[in-house]
Amino acid sequence: MTSRKKIEELFFKCLMVLSLLAVMGSLVLIIGTVIYKGAGSMSLDMITSTPEGGYYLGKKGGILNAIAGSLILTGIATVAAIALALPLALYINLYRARRSRFAEMVRLSMDFLWGIPSIVYGAFGFSVMIFLGIRASLLGGIIAVTLLIIPIMARAIDEAVSLVPRELLDSSYSLGATRFEAAFKIVVRQCLPGIVSAVLIAFGRGIGDAASVLFTAGFSDRIPLSLSEPAATLPLAIFFQLGTPFPEVRDRAYASALILTVIILALSITARVLASRFNRHIIK
Amino acid sequence: MKETSHLRTENLTVSYGGAEALKNINVEIPEKQITAIIGPSGCGKSTLLKSFNRLLEENDGVKISGRVLVDGADIYSDSEDITCIRKKMGLLSQRPYPLPMSIYDNIAFGPRIHGMKKKAGLDRLVEKYLSLAGLWDEVKDRLNEPASRLSIGQQQRLCLARGLAVEPEIILADEPTSALDPKSSQKIEEEFKKLKSDYTIIIVTHILRQARRLADYVLFIYLGELIEHGPSRQIFESPREQVTREYIQGVIS
Repeated sequence: MTSRKKIEELFFKCLMVLSLLAVMGSLVLIIGTVIYKGAGSMSLDMITSTPEGGYYLGKKGGILNAIAGSLILTGIATVAAIALALPLALYINLYRARRSRFAEMVRLSMDFLWGIPSIVYGAFGFSVMIFLGIRASLLGGIIAVTLLIIPIMARAIDEAVSLVPRELLDSSYSLGATRFEAAFKIVVRQCLPGIVSAVLIAFGRGIGDAASVLFTAGFSDRIPLSLSEPAATLPLAIFFQLGTPFPEVRDRAYASALILTVIILALSITARVLASRFNRHIIK
Repeated sequence: MKETSHLRTENLTVSYGGAEALKNINVEIPEKQITAIIGPSGCGKSTLLKSFNRLLEENDGVKISGRVLVDGADIYSDSEDITCIRKKMGLLSQRPYPLPMSIYDNIAFGPRIHGMKKKAGLDRLVEKYLSLAGLWDEVKDRLNEPASRLSIGQQQRLCLARGLAVEPEIILADEPTSALDPKSSQKIEEEFKKLKSDYTIIIVTHILRQARRLADYVLFIYLGELIEHGPSRQIFESPREQVTREYIQGVIS
């Protein structure tokens, strides 16, 4: 190798390592900050009780309302999104030609919807609610978050389904399977790891989003017990606590952020474990 | 000797996005024999094979004209049920693709989707077809393991058993040994020789020696055209066409 090539090689290697360090470093810093600032205010009360009178002024209580609200809201929204995104992905890959203009157009629309800021979904959800005559409520939040996460879930499932080998489909069809049987008995199984991670990515985006639930889900100090009640969510709980002038309440915001981060971390690990369990049946 | 034909094409023409991949194919495939489709790569062998069970139309932008008759019925006619046609034919692809489930479920999948639910009946079928494919002794103690844990040669025999379990009349094999080691290939070939007493077997191969070992009847395809077809002996020993002779002698490949 000439010395110029050696320098070139070294330079780009350094560049790659530097970008890796930058990304990993910011991850460590973010988690570090959340732990450093939040750990002090972390208490059992934070996760086991709802806010009591004057919570936002620094008095006792916790954010169980927001933890429960977020889990219920995003959980239902994720189930609703699976019900729409999975058939969509199967349709464009199995019932229409995979690379047809139609399928590509659907993909483009999904990418476009993916890029729309979540506040727009919030605003859209809000106008849907006015149209239907519902107040800010769990249902309103579910509608907005479902719309928000459908594109990301549909595209992620689509990616997984489009990687299913042609021959596996041929094999299923040659056994006399209908498209429906091939889709739900073979393709879904084959793609299960991909589908699981798609679902969890979507859940992660849904549970972490503040703007879409701001007008639609409202906020409440109680755990929502019906779809028509307003529901608190973790991102908004963080937002409201950060907005107070009281330092101890602001610290609780970091504790809430820590809780949200732990939920997402737990999800990612679950996703990994589930995906590797399902992987054993699959031949790429 | 005079055989009855099991499958027949009439003026079969296939084009992909305007380019003709198969031109006006007229051929009769004899029943309960091994027919080999030979020819260089990219000349339409697999296309012809896949037109026999209508898998071809799953590809994008394919146009098919002409007729394919199985037992005298045109499989491309609108009144035919596509799943029934495909059920009549087992398929072995170049590389085995077991279904993402256990060994047992791979075999039981076909019978199950066609309405067989009873455990005892399925158990019997699983044993019968795994034995027929020469795999039973190797897997009988681990039927619930994922099929992906089998060796590639075992996987190919599993795929054979899976295809046989839907009780086809015809076995379509698309270079079924090309991904296998010599021992596994030999096993597949032996299976074919056993199976031909009950099934019509159509095998695409670019391995001439394999065609010579296995085939009773040979189709030679070159650049989308059926150059000649006839009993194996005649094709290999006294081909009528110059291009067939050159292919068999290895002048072109």
